[in-house]
Amino acid sequence: MATTPRPLFARPVTWVWVVAALLTLTFPLYETNPAYQQIGVYTLIFTACATSWNMFSGYSGYVNLGAGVSYGTGAYTLAIIAKHLYPNNEQAGGELFWLILLSGLAAMIVAIPIGMIALRVRRHTFVVITIAIFFTFQLAAINFSFTGGTGGLFLPYIPWSASYFDIPFLYVAMAIVFFAITLSALVRRSRFGLQLLAIRDDEDRALGLGVQVAKVKLTGYVMSAFTIGMCGGLFAMLQGQIYPQFVFDPLFDISIALMCFFGGFGTLVGPIIGAVVLESGQQYLTVQYSNGSLYLILFGALFLFVILFMPQGIVVFVRQKAKQRNDRRIAAAAAVGGAQ
Amino acid sequence: MVHALIDGVLTGSVYALMATGLTLIFGVMDIINVAQGIFVILGAYLSYTLQVHFGIDLFAGLLITIPIMFVVGIVIERIFLSRLKGPEKTAMSILVTYAISLVIEGLLNEIFTVNNVQLNASYVNKSFPLFGIYFPYIYLFGFVLAVVLLGSLYYMLYRTRFGASIRASLADQAAAALVGIDVKKVSTICFGIGIAVTAAGGMIFGATNAFNASTSYDLISRLLTIIVLGGMGSLAGALVAGILMVTLEDLVGVLWSPIWSTMSFFIVLVIVLSFRPQGLFGKQSARVA
Repeated sequence: MATTPRPLFARPVTWVWVVAALLTLTFPLYETNPAYQQIGVYTLIFTACATSWNMFSGYSGYVNLGAGVSYGTGAYTLAIIAKHLYPNNEQAGGELFWLILLSGLAAMIVAIPIGMIALRVRRHTFVVITIAIFFTFQLAAINFSFTGGTGGLFLPYIPWSASYFDIPFLYVAMAIVFFAITLSALVRRSRFGLQLLAIRDDEDRALGLGVQVAKVKLTGYVMSAFTIGMCGGLFAMLQGQIYPQFVFDPLFDISIALMCFFGGFGTLVGPIIGAVVLESGQQYLTVQYSNGSLYLILFGALFLFVILFMPQGIVVFVRQKAKQRNDRRIAAAAAVGGAQ
Repeated sequence: MVHALIDGVLTGSVYALMATGLTLIFGVMDIINVAQGIFVILGAYLSYTLQVHFGIDLFAGLLITIPIMFVVGIVIERIFLSRLKGPEKTAMSILVTYAISLVIEGLLNEIFTVNNVQLNASYVNKSFPLFGIYFPYIYLFGFVLAVVLLGSLYYMLYRTRFGASIRASLADQAAAALVGIDVKKVSTICFGIGIAVTAAGGMIFGATNAFNASTSYDLISRLLTIIVLGGMGSLAGALVAGILMVTLEDLVGVLWSPIWSTMSFFIVLVIVLSFRPQGLFGKQSARVA
């Protein structure tokens, strides 16, 4: 393959993407156990969320610990609309998937005023405000009547057999993941992405150079809300019922952040690796041991280890090691050459 | 109405105490300690253990729990937080302290289970009249304790040499280091103090509310909004915003509806931030990202 004339396919990275995509697309063929297929859906949902979270927070440096706002808004939007479409608990089918787009749209609309307020302040305060806004939303979901309060909402029943149930979800989730990764890659290469990165490096200087920081930050924030909202909608459909603490989950916010830091904050592949490793690992542990507090301890300890010893994430860590080895090899070759 | 105002001052002072620890840590170290909520719960569980298993009175137990929490704070600062450096320090500190709080939450769930408990003593249930309304004694005792601790904290900050070096580090770390202040040591001790106050705050919180480990989420969101509203790093801000929060919640609960009471403070926060992004007492944020 190294002799292929086209440069795109000459790069090994391209083949890694191709193999990963093929493995994902054929997943239901070699994994027929519904329990593990469901883990696959969760992993894909988190991959999409982490990728689009990183598209804003990773590129701009504004760590958003309230991503659950978009997720929960998406989930509730879908549940409420579905309730009005099927008022008498009729059985629903695949057409419900189209509502996911509305979930994303609702999350975007909600994100606009939040972004306008929260992005006025500098990074440190931004983090805290996103946490505060997140809990406001959780409280709102508990207190208002149209959300069903603490009892939550039920979604229309989808009469698919258990052995087949997860497969449509898998492919819809794959489509969302594809959308998220493409968007993130395009943003990264665009002028807009460079502006986000400039804000991360030095916001005042970026402003001085003519970057409209307020507009760029808000656009990035709202864009990332769209995908996260869609994931929330898909999650609600998969669960069949939602509660406030379930879709507005503080652990969701921190999991997304951890996945990105674990894989590589601000890189394209980092969040994907982080989400695939951590989410599938967590789901597997839950299926195997079903011990919530043990999981909290393990998760927290792993998180501490990553941040303290590989603060830039696995991707950057591996790249640095590879570069060091390469440099040493060149230096050794140069030394041999010099001796002759 | 009167009840709401009195309760606001009595309970608010306890929140102010916990928030002061948080804002002190942020001001001196640029660290946002998201674990403050779980430390409050840890403090409450320590008091609970001392009372149930050793029969030690809640207030006497503070003589043991405050030093324990101080040491816990110092150990955590030395092992984890002192390693954080560079421009992303604050963002990293949030993640590290969040991770610490997850570990502690898991451990507390394992040891004490997820069932709610509440601290109990004779003065928790007995009431006294004030303007014709009865309040449990614990509210009064908690208020006095918070005032005494805040008073001694302020005395230390404004009347001692060590306090001066803390305030110098609050104002400008680099300059403080230049005039010979050991900023590292000051940071470590500050973190210890910031955590130690949660022992007292936790005891009163645990006596006035039923709690388990996950109550910490509710606590930390309140404490964070208090310090953001007051202005991050501002001691006076934490005090005023703490009392303001509880008073406002109580007033809205009485005058309007309890559904809106918890949300009212967040709404005020959003309004204040739209006009004063640095908070009520905050300094204009330095132009350093």
